[in-house]
Amino acid sequence: MAQNQSEIRYLTPPTVEIKKKKYCRFKKNKIRYIDYKDPEFLKKFINEQGKILPRRLTGTSLKYQRKVAKAVKRARHLAFLPYVTDMLK
Amino acid sequence: MMNHYETVFITTPVLSDVQMKEAVEKFKGILKESGAEIVHEEDWGLKKLAYPIQKKSTGFYYLIEFKAEGPAIQKLEIEYRRDERVIRFLTFRMDKFSVAYSIKKRSKKETKAEA
Repeated sequence: MAQNQSEIRYLTPPTVEIKKKKYCRFKKNKIRYIDYKDPEFLKKFINEQGKILPRRLTGTSLKYQRKVAKAVKRARHLAFLPYVTDMLK
Repeated sequence: MMNHYETVFITTPVLSDVQMKEAVEKFKGILKESGAEIVHEEDWGLKKLAYPIQKKSTGFYYLIEFKAEGPAIQKLEIEYRRDERVIRFLTFRMDKFSVAYSIKKRSKKETKAEA
């Protein structure tokens, strides 16, 4: 019984995601200050609904993630970025 | 000790240009009265807001970068709240990285203007 269970054959071979080494883009190209006034740059850190992307996806370090979060919240306050939307990009 | 500040405010699009200039002059006057030294100003003009504020979807943006004492900011913000033309404002204390960033940006703009 257990024997034929392991013989389950997948229609398509399961693609194991190659682990891309994430790096903090701010440390890499020496960005020290994240400006809350240019929404184009901040759009890289929010998803379609306008929510801030977590560190595990963007790979930024904790120090810069906090700066990004503060900048995004300031941009939202000044209506550069929407609080919530759909299909932002 | 004079800190470095940056303030951005949005005024209602209903204003004519004259009223907009007058509002800007008023706030600059308040800053000068409280002994602030204005370093840089930017007028972004009419821009579309990401979400409607007070049922309006566009607004005049204006940025003032200045050096001031601490208590001057409180006076400025009271004036912002009192003035009904301003629908949103944000003042931000700049640390040394943001000051360096804005200087670099300004010098880049000047070189672009000359080129």
